[in-house]
Amino acid sequence: MKPVRVVRGAMVPLDRADVDTDQIIPQQFLKRIERHGYGEFLFYNWAHRDDGSPIEDFITNRPERREARILVAGRNFGCGSSREHAPWALQDWGFEAVIAPSTADIFRNNSANIGLLVVELPEDFVRRLMDMAQDPTASITIDLEQQTVVGEGLETRFDFDPSAKERLLDGLDWIGMTLTHEESITRHEMNRPAWLPVSTGSPTA
Amino acid sequence: MKAPRTLFEKVWDTHVVEPGDPTLLYADLHLVHEVTSPQAFASLEQAGRKVRRPDLTFATVDHGIPTTGRQLGILDPLSKRQVEALRDNCARHGIVMYGIDDPRQGIVHVVGPEQGLTQPGMVIVCGDSHTSTHGAFGALAFGIGTSEVEHVLATQTVWQSPPDSMAVEVSGHLPWGVAAKDLILGIITQIGVAGGTRHVIEYRGETIGELSMEQRMTICNMSIEGGARAGMIAPDQTTISFIEGRPFAPKGADWDAAVAAWESLVTDEGAVFDKVVTIDASSLIPHVTWGVNPAQTVRVDDFVPSPDSFDNPQQRDATIRALEYMGLEPGTAISDIRIDHVFLGSCTNGRIEDLRAAAQVVAGRKVDPRVSAVVVPGSMQVKAQAEAEGLDAVFLGAGFEWRDAGCSSCLAMNPDVIPSGERVASTSNRNYEGRQGRGARTHLVSPAMAAAAAVAGHFVDVREWEGK
Repeated sequence: MKPVRVVRGAMVPLDRADVDTDQIIPQQFLKRIERHGYGEFLFYNWAHRDDGSPIEDFITNRPERREARILVAGRNFGCGSSREHAPWALQDWGFEAVIAPSTADIFRNNSANIGLLVVELPEDFVRRLMDMAQDPTASITIDLEQQTVVGEGLETRFDFDPSAKERLLDGLDWIGMTLTHEESITRHEMNRPAWLPVSTGSPTA
Repeated sequence: MKAPRTLFEKVWDTHVVEPGDPTLLYADLHLVHEVTSPQAFASLEQAGRKVRRPDLTFATVDHGIPTTGRQLGILDPLSKRQVEALRDNCARHGIVMYGIDDPRQGIVHVVGPEQGLTQPGMVIVCGDSHTSTHGAFGALAFGIGTSEVEHVLATQTVWQSPPDSMAVEVSGHLPWGVAAKDLILGIITQIGVAGGTRHVIEYRGETIGELSMEQRMTICNMSIEGGARAGMIAPDQTTISFIEGRPFAPKGADWDAAVAAWESLVTDEGAVFDKVVTIDASSLIPHVTWGVNPAQTVRVDDFVPSPDSFDNPQQRDATIRALEYMGLEPGTAISDIRIDHVFLGSCTNGRIEDLRAAAQVVAGRKVDPRVSAVVVPGSMQVKAQAEAEGLDAVFLGAGFEWRDAGCSSCLAMNPDVIPSGERVASTSNRNYEGRQGRGARTHLVSPAMAAAAAVAGHFVDVREWEGK
């Protein structure tokens, strides 16, 4: 994972609440076994007609939005399915950060794990960003280290999970990090009750 | 004396490998399916790592497989490649997989409990949000993303922030014709689709104790639709009786030790929850969703709401959009909504009791000729059991299709896609836009309500069904 320190760029406003991961990337695009190439399917059903042609007017299809780096969305963004394809699609499209009043737990975890910065800010502040984002050139800066969002005439701090922050700033191989706890894992394994099931044991039907 | 603890705290505490925020938790069981795992295996192998505990990992195919014509193989080349990738990954890493030809294949959340792999007090993870289903046994079970799947494969652990706790206290008896599905839809309508965010829910109270394991699984399954990390129900005699004798259930002296441990898995007197919600089950009536999330639900005797009935402008806008997508006019009686399809199945309502409840409604009747109705058992074992009870004949006689097991139309990754603009009464868990097919219009209901709608061609109150 690439380290994430500062995200600076234009915004795309998506003024909807409860955007579920089925909207972010619909099921028909989950059949691939690759890790990349989901960007063109982002918000597919909203961004395309029944015949598959793009709806020019949909915000992520507009040429003046192509350079945007930050998605500003309504509350409870990313609810529903645990598909990591949702943050993959956002990232592949070009987003480096999502700002919303609240986000769903699994989506937030998945995003942190791939280096997509998810920032939760109070509803009224998100509203100001949403208004500001009507201008496709309006740019803001999210500084993860300082935990600040700064734009023209606005500035705020945000809360962020300290361990996710550390991981994002360093771009750590977190499995490698977990394996430094090898001894604790092994100790736990030695103390597990003997009756717990093992899938490889041939069961008696 | 030890401070009183909740059920959740007891399970959490016994799985802590490294305390803190986040905590490193040990996973007793890692369930794997074809859609969210291939990238995890690829990345694991790229890093030169092995699966730490193949013996605590279990795989089946469910999301993308066909439910009919299986002798022809998987015709969709991408789905075929995904299933083959899982087969190869499992073979390479020594993981047991119930493949498409296995008589025990099915939806991962149906197969785990059915095989006795799901047991009280375990931590269970899977790259699927409906992993919350297994909480019905008093396990802590939650969905994870693909990066976490790789992490669990490599380490058998997962990092989790300690969640807040929520008690949903359910009192009163479920009235006749009112299902566990109606109870959980009622709860979600009450707390909202984000009401459970950052929380683990424990469903408690006399009503919960009266429910069967199938009903409890329906409730815990949809915890995620209320935004919760997980849902749990304390194990009791119903739980123990369900597990006893299943293939992976403990045997002999192990069984006695396990039962003794399970019996301690209750929330202690005096334990404190961060949030408490109460609901009276006796006041519930069957629910039908009208919109595009599971909280957009009304009673079957109610009407499609008007956007003007919401003060909050965002909610008003969301209602306008939902009604447009659903092709519904405000003020329409729910019982006047005609349907084109019925889907009976999914990890929410694809178990034997669900099929029995639906079969009871359709027995001796015919599906409305304008409706296409399909039963997709949650597993091949459920299918076999239903056939042993003659339920297949009931459904086939009424004009339902009788399919093989899988996720099917619940998320429409396989050929069971609901066509655009058509309306489906579905026993699944999500009525999101496009969930069951681009443009498909989903109404979530209980199995009995879906069956009644299939016969009537529109929604009906199944409580008035008897003797019709």
